[in-house]
Parts: sequence; C-alpha cells; structure tokens
Amino acid sequence: MPLLDGGALRPDPFATIGDDDALPEGAALVSLARLTRDGEALAGRNAPLGVALPPDAHPDTLRPWLPRLALVALSLPKHRDGRAFTQARALREYHGYTGEIRATGHVIPDQYAALLRCGVSSIEVPADTDARTWTRMRDIIPLAYQPSQSGDGPPDLLRRRVGLRG
Amino acid sequence: MDQITHAIPPHARTYRYDEVDRDFLAARIAEFRDQVARRLSGELTEDEFKPLRLMNGLYLQLHAYMLRVAIPYGVIDARQMRQLGVIARRWDRGFGHFTTRQNIQFNWTKLEDVIDMLQALADVDMHAIQTSGNCVRNVTTDEFAGAAKDEIVDPRVYAEILRQWSTLHPEFTYLPRKFKIAITGAPHDRAAIQVHDIGVTAKRNEAGTIGFEIWVGGGLGRTPIIGTKLFDFVPEADFLKTMEAVLRVYNALGQRDNIYKARIKILVRDLGDEFRRLVEEELAAMPAGRYRLEPGIVAAIRAHFAPPPFADLQDDPPRYRRALEADAAFAAWARNSTHPHSAPGYVSVVVSLKPIGGIPGDASADQMEAIAELAETFSFGEIRVSHVQNLVLPHVRQEDLHALWKGLRQHGLATPNVGLISDIIACPGMDYCALATARSIPVAQRISERFASLDRQLDIGTLHVNISGCINACGHHHVGHIGLLGVDKRGEEVYQITLGGSATNDATIGELIGPAFSYDSVVDAVETLVRTYVAHREPGELFKDTYRRIGPAPFKEALYAPA
Repeated sequence: MPLLDGGALRPDPFATIGDDDALPEGAALVSLARLTRDGEALAGRNAPLGVALPPDAHPDTLRPWLPRLALVALSLPKHRDGRAFTQARALREYHGYTGEIRATGHVIPDQYAALLRCGVSSIEVPADTDARTWTRMRDIIPLAYQPSQSGDGPPDLLRRRVGLRG
Repeated sequence: MDQITHAIPPHARTYRYDEVDRDFLAARIAEFRDQVARRLSGELTEDEFKPLRLMNGLYLQLHAYMLRVAIPYGVIDARQMRQLGVIARRWDRGFGHFTTRQNIQFNWTKLEDVIDMLQALADVDMHAIQTSGNCVRNVTTDEFAGAAKDEIVDPRVYAEILRQWSTLHPEFTYLPRKFKIAITGAPHDRAAIQVHDIGVTAKRNEAGTIGFEIWVGGGLGRTPIIGTKLFDFVPEADFLKTMEAVLRVYNALGQRDNIYKARIKILVRDLGDEFRRLVEEELAAMPAGRYRLEPGIVAAIRAHFAPPPFADLQDDPPRYRRALEADAAFAAWARNSTHPHSAPGYVSVVVSLKPIGGIPGDASADQMEAIAELAETFSFGEIRVSHVQNLVLPHVRQEDLHALWKGLRQHGLATPNVGLISDIIACPGMDYCALATARSIPVAQRISERFASLDRQLDIGTLHVNISGCINACGHHHVGHIGLLGVDKRGEEVYQITLGGSATNDATIGELIGPAFSYDSVVDAVETLVRTYVAHREPGELFKDTYRRIGPAPFKEALYAPA
C-alpha cells in the first residue's frame, strides 16, 4: 500500500518480511518477535531496517535497536484505538528517535494532524486514497493548545500557533 | 507566550476569548462541517463518524439527536445564558436541560441545524467540544467557586488551564473510555472529587504556596469505586505534567476490549501501587521544563477571574433582617437557597430548577432569559451551573435578596427546596436516553409531589435523593443518601434502592438495601425510608449519618416486614 508522507503519496520502499521468510536485499520491515530473535543479524545488514511495534508493546522494548532502526510501524487496529499516539510520542520524546514513524491499520484523515503532532511521519493508506482530503483535514485547524513533537520550539502550553506541515 | 492582544476587563466574568480562541472555534466548526459532508457522501462510515460527532457534542438518542453544550466548569455569564435561551427557542422546543456535569443539553436537535447551533454558540464564545466521546470531558468544579467563604484557592483558574490543555489534546483524543476531571479549591468538597477519573483539591501549604492533592480512579457507573489518593501536594509547576503522566499510563494500558472495564478506575484497582509507580516513571522520563506550568501563564489566566467590584458592606443589613421578619415565604427560601460568601454583605444564591412535579434541571427559554436579566441586576452578570442541576447567582447583596426572590418567583424559579428531598438529581432516563432501562424523570416528579409540603420538607431537612434510569448511573444514585436505580426485570421497570451514599469529603458508595420495588410502589418505599430516618435520627443528624449509626436493619424491617 502507498504511504502518505508530507501530504503526498509515495511508494513504500520497505518489504514486509514474515518471521520465517528469507531476508531481501533492500529495506525490510520485520515483526517485533523477529527483531527480538534475530536482532544481531538484522542489524548487521547493510540495508534499512524497520520493525512493526504492536499496540500493546512498550516502546522501551525497542531501546537496544533504535539507533539501527530506520522505521517503526505503529498500528491502529481500529481508528478508535489510540495507543499508537502514546507510543509515537514516547519514541520521539523519551527515546529521541528521529527515524520514520509510520501509522498503519485503520487511520482516517481526521486523525492526521494529531498523529503528526505526536511524532508520526507517514501513514499507510489504501491505493485509491485522495491525498487532498488528508491535507485538507490536516490543515483545517491550524492552532493547538499543546506542545507538539514536530519540532515547533519550546512549549507555552496554552497559546501556540503551529504549522502542521507533515 | 504570544502577546495577549486584547484587554481583559477588570471583571471578565468568564474566561474571555481572544482572536486565537475564536479562530480556533471557527476552524473547529469548519472541520465538523467537512466531516458531516463526508459522512453524507459516504466517505466516512457511521463507525468512523460516530466518535467525531460525539467529540462535537452530538448524541443520537431515543427520539432525536441531542446536542450537549459545554459550560466549562459550570461558569457562564448573562450574555451566554441569554444565547442559550435563543438556541432553545429557535432550534429546540423552548427548553434546555442542565446536567450533573454542569453542561446543558438540547434534547430535540435536528442534524441539519447542528452547524447553525454551533455557530450561534461560537458567537458567544461557547462550544460543544469534548462533551462526549472517549476523551477528556468538561472539567467540573465547585458551583460556589470564586465566591465561597471557605475557599482556599479559586479552582476556576486551574479548571480553565485544564480546559485548554485538554482541548483537542493530540495524544488523548482516542482514550479507552471517557475521562472526567473535577477540581475543588475548598476544604468542603462540593465537586465530588473522589468519584472522578481524576479528582483535584487545590490547597495551600503552611508557607501559603499553592499545590494540588490528586486523586485517581474514582467513578460511578456499573462498577462504583471511590478514588485513591495518588499525591498529597503536587507543586503548581508540575500540575499539567502530572495530568500528562496519568493520562499516558491510562492511554497505554487501559482496557480496550471490554467497554465496561475500560475506565481508569478498573486499571487503578487492578494495578494497585504499581499504578503510582508507572506514573512516577512517566514523570521521571519527561524532559525537564517541557510541561512546566509557568507562573506567567497562571497569572495570565487568573486575570480573567478577578473578583467583581464588591461594595464595602456588612453582613445581615437591616433591610435584609426586616424582610426576613416580615415575609415568612421569603425567609424559608432564603434559609435554604443561600451560601456564605467571602465578601461581607454578599451571599451566593442557588436557583432551584426543581419545581414540585417538574423535570429536574430543565429550564425554559423564558427562564434562561429571566436568569440572565437577574444576574445582570444582582450578581455582576455571573451565573454558575451546579452539579446537582441547579443554577447559582454567585455574588448577591444580602440587602437585594428580597428583590431577587420576587424576580425569581415571577418566573417559577424560587422553589424553596434547595438541598431538600425534592431537590432530586435524575438522569433523563427512558424518556430520552437510548441506554436507559427505566424511567427516572416521572419517579422524581412523583417523589417531589409526595413531599410537596414545604413544612414537611423542612422537617425532614437536608436529604439527597438521586435517581438513575440504568446501570450507567448518570443520576449518581450510588452517592445519594437515598439512591434509586431503575432496571428492567422481565419487561417491568423496577427500582433498586441504595442507602447511605455520599459524594463529598466522606465519599461513600450506598449499600443495596434489598429487593427492588415496582414503579408504582417505589415512592411509598421512599416515604417509609424517610419515616424510619425521622424516627431514629438524633438532632441535626443527616440521613446518611443516621444510616451509618444504626445500620440497615431498621430500614430493612420497615421496608420488607409483612404489614
């Protein structure tokens, strides 16, 4: 499926690799179980590495591998399930992770801005997605009362103007 | 901090919006308009749209949509109250319903009118944001905030800070379940803080420094739990940081597979001390300074809640004393409807929305306009909504009470029953609500008619009867001195009775007394309980205290012994 990144669609360079599949040459997205099992070997490859972090996993689990990870894929099993928001924020704020954070699963355009503000950088979307709906909803409320993980200076908590360019 | 670009008047009455707040509201309405359009075109499924409409206050009830409008911490001014009257008349059936969460509901909303209603609210700096949905809801507080004689810290300042902090919080908008915060700033808890997801008591230490006692994991509903004290004195600078930490733990670990176990109270109960440890871990991990509540922000918000220009007066002025002596009906009203004020010569006045036989919490458009007018004349334009579904005029001169009473009486707003048995909390029940399993409103009406005699009510004294029409407990039956819970038993409405509940400092969940009563017999059962209480009480003893002293046996025997 394509990715929504910076308000535009792009192809996903990562191949999703099953727990017992052979590794490809290029960018590989593996499960947390596989990362835990084969972490050393995976980290030794000369290609981008990504991991799918399940909603019930603590981001701390990734600590040993974070410097080597180019992608952490979070999941919203239903769009009402907001655990990924906390995971993304923790990866950025507690762990200083600067790689790609991707939201996968059931995500709707109305969540785009909040996901970006929590530190998510890309959204996995269906092939027929109209990116204009997503950017329109992202930009429709250009104000927020809280600090953001998207790098907009020191927080004053109660009165902020932010640019939500993903 | 951006420069505050508008002048706050010396007496603002409410938090005064500036251009940024207004731009935000306008954008929020544009967003909802877009969402409604995408729902109608099928771009959004009903499942996707539902949480979006709920977070804009729009419920689907039994007969119609209901729009729940936020009255932040129950504070509203005369201009806003007047506009609620306009909305009631134009888009509802001429009524509004004030709720236990200090909000107002319009029960006969049409979907096609919602955007216009939201626009009319925005015209007076009001909204319906986060009055529903699995997010942080309207923060509630003491209805005498900013006026009460026993107040230590004005809780409105911190309630407004919480309002802004929680508004469209990017991380906490898809929580496992709804999240309710209550804050008080007085030693006598009038905000029921121990039965909220987070309860806060703002207080001062010996040095006079403001800090916060934080309770967590209280709640009613189908699993009533009294909260646990998490911290005794959180410094002001760490106030929001502590809120963040609690919500982070809850959002990550709260149950999501069972709606009945999804509130934070279940997580706190199941984790025990581990919950505190997790919160402390979050606090330790947060970057220093990032979530610090700066004194400058507090001062800027506090400026909105500066006291009105009180006159230099004395308590018990001659004009008031003469009126009390000359007019027994006025005296009876004044005795029950006033609350001590911090400024000499003033009181706070509770306006009962519980006329005998009426619907608890309902007000007509005419009444809303009348209250707005009276608030401007007698209370510096300030009004509050109480969590027992009454209104409050917070700053009234004692010498004006007689004139105010006459004004209220003209509009059916001077029922002298505040705190008495007919001052009942009731949820909408099966008359409106899609979740209800029994009627609440008609039971409240029948009880209030049974005890219509003011002399009898005064003889009974303070007594809280709370009625819920289903197990979700919106009528707070668990914390009523007498609580009634209507349930469906094989197609028949029956009412379970709990006794001895309290929502204040001695917060207690009432105990089930025995088998349920039918719709027809429940009022007789309440009568029996009241007679038993009156027969056993010691002078000045409240129902809940008599119950605790003598236990359930005498009540049980009176209710269930064969005649």
